[in-house]
Amino acid sequence: MIKPLPVTVIGGYLGAGKTSLVNHLLRNADGLRLAVLVNEFGALPIDEDLIEAQEDDIISIAGGCVCCSYGSDMAAALSDLRKLDPAPDHVVLEASGVALPGAIAGSVGLMQGYSMDGVVIVADAETLRTNANHKYMGDTVTRQLADADIVVLNKVDLVDDKTRADSTDFALSYAKNAQLLGAEHGALPPEVLLQSFVGRNRDSGARHDTSGFDSVSLPLETPCDPAALGRFLASDELDLVRAKGFVRDESGAVHAVQSVSRRWSSEPAPEDSPIGLVCIGLKPAFDEEKLRQQIAQAFG
Amino acid sequence: MSQTTIYSARKIITMNPNQPEVSHVAVREGRVLGAGSLEELAVWGDYELDERFADKVLMPGFVEGHAHTMEGTMWRNVYCGFFDRMDPNGKVWEGVKSIDAMLERLKQAEADLDDPKAPLPGWQLDPIYMDNALVSRADLDTVSETRAIGVLHASGHIMNVNTKGLELAGLMKTGINHPGIPLGPDGYPTGELRGPDAYMPVGEHVGFDRDVLGCDADGLRDFGKLCVRTGTTTITDLAARLNDEAVEMMLDVTSEKDFPSRIVPLRHFMGLTPEELIDHAKELKEKSTDQLRLGMIKVVADGSIQGFSARMRWPGYHNGADNGLWYITPDHLSQILNLALENDLHIHTHTNGDQATELVLETMEEALRNHPSPDHRYTLQHCQLADAAQFRKIKQLGMCVNLFANHHFYWGDEHYNLTVGPERALRMNACRTALNTGVPMAIHSDAPVTPLGPLFTAWCAVNRLTASGRVQGEGEKIPVADALYAITIGAAYTLKLDGEVGSIEIGKKADFAVLEDDPTAVDPAELKDVKVWGTVQGGRIFAAADL
Repeated sequence: MIKPLPVTVIGGYLGAGKTSLVNHLLRNADGLRLAVLVNEFGALPIDEDLIEAQEDDIISIAGGCVCCSYGSDMAAALSDLRKLDPAPDHVVLEASGVALPGAIAGSVGLMQGYSMDGVVIVADAETLRTNANHKYMGDTVTRQLADADIVVLNKVDLVDDKTRADSTDFALSYAKNAQLLGAEHGALPPEVLLQSFVGRNRDSGARHDTSGFDSVSLPLETPCDPAALGRFLASDELDLVRAKGFVRDESGAVHAVQSVSRRWSSEPAPEDSPIGLVCIGLKPAFDEEKLRQQIAQAFG
Repeated sequence: MSQTTIYSARKIITMNPNQPEVSHVAVREGRVLGAGSLEELAVWGDYELDERFADKVLMPGFVEGHAHTMEGTMWRNVYCGFFDRMDPNGKVWEGVKSIDAMLERLKQAEADLDDPKAPLPGWQLDPIYMDNALVSRADLDTVSETRAIGVLHASGHIMNVNTKGLELAGLMKTGINHPGIPLGPDGYPTGELRGPDAYMPVGEHVGFDRDVLGCDADGLRDFGKLCVRTGTTTITDLAARLNDEAVEMMLDVTSEKDFPSRIVPLRHFMGLTPEELIDHAKELKEKSTDQLRLGMIKVVADGSIQGFSARMRWPGYHNGADNGLWYITPDHLSQILNLALENDLHIHTHTNGDQATELVLETMEEALRNHPSPDHRYTLQHCQLADAAQFRKIKQLGMCVNLFANHHFYWGDEHYNLTVGPERALRMNACRTALNTGVPMAIHSDAPVTPLGPLFTAWCAVNRLTASGRVQGEGEKIPVADALYAITIGAAYTLKLDGEVGSIEIGKKADFAVLEDDPTAVDPAELKDVKVWGTVQGGRIFAAADL
C-alpha cells in the first residue's frame, strides 16, 4: 500500500501573508520533508537563509524540504514530486492570489496517490474588508474564504481589538466551515496547519500553552466505525481545529482518520499504526475533560 | 535578375483603395512586384505569364488573428461535432446529430484500432443541439469496455468518459464528493466530468495530451493544410508555452519548402514572473524568421462565457450563476503591461466578460501614462461583451480588438437564453460599434474552438445568424467589404504585419487566397460557401486538391 501524499492548500489574496506562513512552516518543519509548490508570480517565495541550493526548477531547503514552482500545470508538478528521492512527507501548495482553493482541493482529491489535508486561507486582519470591497477582486476574496477549513487571520499585531473583532466576524460570515486563528507573521504551530505534524511529538501539547491551542491524546482502543468517528470529529458539537489518529474497525482493520474543522476523511492504514487519537482545539473553549467524555460516550 | 511571373485572374481584389480591383499581379522573389493591368506590369521587364488562375478570384491571403495550432493535432481524435467540418486532408466529416450517431461513429473508429489498449478520444460533442442529452459511461461502454474512451465537448468545459476511463484514473469508486462529478443512483460517477478540474485527471488516460495547447511537427503540418484549404496565409498560435524544443520544432517545420503559412505564436504569460516573461519574449523575438514571427505575448484575464468563467459586470450572468474566474491579479497584469510597454513588446489580452475588459482598459490607461507608446496596438482578444463606452475607451487608448464573430453562430442562442440574456446577446462581438468608433478590428475563429475559415468568420459578422437561424443583433451587422477587410488588413494590423501582408500591392508578400467565386458578388448570405481553390504564399502555389 503506497501511502497517499497529503496536500494542504494555502490560499488567500495577495499580501495576506501566505509566504510568511509557508516560511514559518519551513523553519519549524522539525524533520518532516515538506514540498512547497508555489505559483510563479512574484518574488522568490522562500527566505534566503533557508535556501541550501537551487538548480533548475527546484530549491533545496534546510532540513530536507524543497520548493518548486508549478506554473500552469499543477497536476504535472504534483506528479513530479512523487519522483523525488527521498520522498516528501507533505505537500504545501500555495495557490495564486486569484485561485479558488476549493477548486484546487477538488482536483487534488481526484488525483491518485494524494490526499487532501485541508484548505488554509490567509487573510490580512488590516486589509481584509478593503480587499473584500475591491471592485474586481472582492468576490474572489470572499469566495476564497468560503473554501477555507482554517482561516489564518494574519497581522493581528497591527490592528486594534475592534478591527480584529470586525475582521474575524467578517471572515467567519463567509468561512462557514472554518476555524479562525489569529496570527502574527503567519506564525502558528505547524500541527494546527498540517495534519502530518499532528501527534508526531506526543508531548507537544505542553509546548503551545501560550499559543491559544490545546491538544489532547486519547487511547481509543475500542473498535469503531471510522467514518462515524470522522464525522463526529468534524462536527459542530466538538468544534475541533484538527484531529488525527488510527483506529480499528469492527473487523480489526486499521484506518487513519483525520479532520480539520468540518472536513474529515478516513482511509485504510498499515496494521502497525499506533492506535489512538490526537485532538487539537482552541482555548479557552477547548475542554479536555469534556472531550474525553464525549468521545468515550460515542466511541468508548 | 530573378524571374517575374505575372498571374492573370478573373478578378483580383487587392484591398488597396487606390485600385480595389485589378486583372493581373506580378510576383518576384516571393513578393508582389506590382498589381494592375498586364500593360502596366510589363514595364518591369521580362516575365512569364501564368494563366492558371484565369477563372479564379484572388484576394490577399487571409490573416487569422486568433487560432491555435493544436487544431492540427485535434483531428487525431474522433470528430463528434454537430456541424459538418473539414479535416486537414479535405474530408468533410458529417456532423453527428444524436448521441446514437456519436456512438456509431466511435464504434467505427474503435473497429479501426489495432492496439487493444489504445484510448479512444473524441472531440467537439455539443449536446446543446441535442436537447442537452446526457451521455453516460454506460453509453460509451457500448463502444468498448476494455479501452478508455473520452469525448470532449465543443465548449471545452465538459468531458464524457466510459467506465474504463474512470477506472484508469482511479475514479471508479463511490464516495466522490466533487461539484463537477455527478454520481448515479449506484453512487458511482455517471461518467460526465464538468469543468477542467474534474476532467483533467482522466484526460490523459483517455488520450488527451496534458498540454492542451501543445502541437507537434505533424500537427503543425496538418494545421498548414487547413490554412491552404481555407485561404489563410498568416495565422497566429495564441498561445503557447514556447519552450526551446517547441520553438526548434516550429522553426524547422515552418522553414520546410512546402510549408504554406506564416505562423505567429504568442508566448503565454503563465508559468513565469513578469520579468522572466519579458526576457523570454525578447529572446524569442530574436529567433523570428519570415515564416515564424516570434516575440508577442498573450495574457489571459478571465475564462469563457459558455463555461460561466468569464468575469461579468453587474448584474452578472443572466441565469444567476456566480461570477467567473480571474486568471490574473490586477497587480500582475499591471506589471506585465508596464514592462512590455517599456520594452516595446506587443501584448494581446484575452477578455471575454465586460468586467475583464474593464480591468484591462483601466490598467492599460495607467500603464500608458507611465510608458507613453504611440503605436502599441495592444489587442483585446474576444472582447465579446464590450459596450459602446468601452469601445470608445479602447479607441482612446489606441488599442485594437479581435472579436469572436463565430461565437454568435455556435453559442448565440445559448447566450440569448442562458448566459447573458437577450439584451447583452445583441451587443456581443459588436463589429459595427467597433468600426463606427474607429477601433481597429479583426474577427476570428479561435480554432479549434470553432472551425478555421476566414470566409465563414466574415459570413458570421455579416449575417449574425445563430445556429437556430435567428438574426441576433441586426444593428451590429457589417457589410461584406468591411468583413473582408477585417480578415485581411484588419487582422494584419493587430499583428503589426499590415505593412507586409493583408493587401495585394507592390512590395508586399505574394500571399493570395485563390477563390472559385467572387465574395463581393455572391449573396452575402452565401459568403461562407465561396469555394477556396488554395493559396499562394510567399509566391509558392498551394492547390488544396494536391495536398
